[in-house]
Amino acid sequence: MTETLDGLRLSRLGDDDLGLLLLIRHFELKLLELYGRGDLNGTTHTCLGQEYVPVALRPLLGESDHVFSNHRGHGHYLSRFRDPHGLLAEIMGREGAVCGGVGGSQHIHRDRYLSTGVQGESLPVAAGVALHLKRSEPGAIACVHIGDGTWGEGAVYEALNLAALWRLPLLVVVENNGVAQSTPTASQMAGTVAGRAAAFGIRHHLVVSTDVNEIRISLEGLVAEVREGRPLVAEFVTHRLGPHSKGDDVRPAGAVQAARDNDWYGRYAHDHPEQFHRLDGTVKAEVQGIVDEVAARPPSRREESCA
Amino acid sequence: MRVAENLNAALHGLLDDDPTAYLLGEDILDPYGGAFKVTKGLSTRFPGRVIGTPISEGALTGVAAGLALTGNTAVAEIMFGDFVALAFDQLCNFASKSVSMYGRRLPLRMVVRCPTGGGRGYGPTHSQSLQKHFVGMPGLSLYEMSPFHDNRAVFAAMLERGEPCVFFEDKVLYTRQMDLVDPLFRVRGDGDLAVVELHDADDYPDCVIIAPGGMAHRALAAMRSLLVEQEISCRLLVPSRLYPLDVEKLLPFVGDVVLVAEESTAGGTWGSEVAHLLHGRLWDRLRGPVRLVHSRAEVIPTAAHLESQVLVGESTIHHAVREALRG
Repeated sequence: MTETLDGLRLSRLGDDDLGLLLLIRHFELKLLELYGRGDLNGTTHTCLGQEYVPVALRPLLGESDHVFSNHRGHGHYLSRFRDPHGLLAEIMGREGAVCGGVGGSQHIHRDRYLSTGVQGESLPVAAGVALHLKRSEPGAIACVHIGDGTWGEGAVYEALNLAALWRLPLLVVVENNGVAQSTPTASQMAGTVAGRAAAFGIRHHLVVSTDVNEIRISLEGLVAEVREGRPLVAEFVTHRLGPHSKGDDVRPAGAVQAARDNDWYGRYAHDHPEQFHRLDGTVKAEVQGIVDEVAARPPSRREESCA
Repeated sequence: MRVAENLNAALHGLLDDDPTAYLLGEDILDPYGGAFKVTKGLSTRFPGRVIGTPISEGALTGVAAGLALTGNTAVAEIMFGDFVALAFDQLCNFASKSVSMYGRRLPLRMVVRCPTGGGRGYGPTHSQSLQKHFVGMPGLSLYEMSPFHDNRAVFAAMLERGEPCVFFEDKVLYTRQMDLVDPLFRVRGDGDLAVVELHDADDYPDCVIIAPGGMAHRALAAMRSLLVEQEISCRLLVPSRLYPLDVEKLLPFVGDVVLVAEESTAGGTWGSEVAHLLHGRLWDRLRGPVRLVHSRAEVIPTAAHLESQVLVGESTIHHAVREALRG
């Protein structure tokens, strides 16, 4: 499935990978549309532009690994479970919601997957899970997704210290999209993610590519070492295509344009038009079908024992 | 047996019986054995499951939650209960929420131990009783150590709940004897609730005092002086679980004058929650509103003479009972 990686041209993906990328893309676009129409309660944070991060990681993570996601977690969830129905029902508060509609967009728990809505909070928890795995299920890892803004939280550093000190199988995936809600990274972070990882003696790997195949190859060996108790910070230089949540994008036009220029979607369409157009329309229609079906469901009910 | 020894034995028993049980905290390893020696001997007997941590209250509480999330039993020690404020996010936004925010019950077996309270001259940031700040959080239970509740049973009850619990341990109790009361009184255990009263107690004492563990001996001293000097008879109720409080359990023992004593500083107290619950059930039977006894709304000074002016002592309770009966 891998073609020559020439650095500029995105390598050809298997239909499975491309289908997943497109599923996440159209799922997120559809959410923004539903919010725009007032069909959804609360808020949501889409991962538009960042879809390739969990897709690239997908075959590197197994069922026994734990994944900790964050407020921008739809792509992480869909990559792991391919369950757009359950996720959409959760966000829309409809029957079949993966967490009964209690957690909503940001708070999902299922089969070793967990997300919370507080920045950095999951890192110490993931360290605890990694400690358990190291002792009870050697070879399994805890993978935590955070953003550049999360490096402002003290919990991150407490957990990194423990991860290095205790040699925990902890993989910290940083999706550095250059902006923390509305604050550019340059205005909120001194130094670099790499420098901060180095301070704890933790390896840092920078991913600048958006090429799924290339990323996998570069991370394969490193993730294998995480399984042996060598924590890793894998920093993706990525681009948030959409707003932070709904209509709150105040970035200068240049920054938004840069995100668009780097977007895998247009680039892939250009590089592999036949495959792209064969799948894109199908997946888009599929997502519309899911929305129609889920929106017609009755409201979700929470389990009595939880109230 | 001293209370600290009883607690230490409870932790030994817990780690003995439960191979998934972990104990985490700062400076808890032998030979130091914890700032109050409560964890003494544990790391020697259970190496690998008793884990010394950096000074990172948020992280160690989060690690405990992670261990609980993967099916283990986790006990975390906060060296001084005051520092649990640093773990507030992990308790309030992660552990307690996780029990129910994922749409189905997610049991978490974890206890956060908090050596609490003043009376030892540790000063403003090492002497507080922070119970009130954790009252009313869905999915979080609060317990308090007492000389009348065997800690092994209390730990079993906490873990049985399958949700995070904060266990407040008034530091002044560590060196006191378990189950020791003035010969005037006898202790009856009723599960979660201990009832202390005169041997030939009337059904209706003049006043009923509700006080958690660390306040019990001060309440008992006040009960003694009230009896000897004023012929006022009191009954003391010591609940092990502060929140959610099983108010039904209290009702059969409560008369028409009730007072709640605690060491927390005034304002938004646990006692006001107890009073609210009792008013809802007993308003017609009470001679007046439930009285609240708490420390003054001030920081807790280091100097002994200043500290005793702020914290609830025997005389605070003595005077409050007399005032309640006169009023």
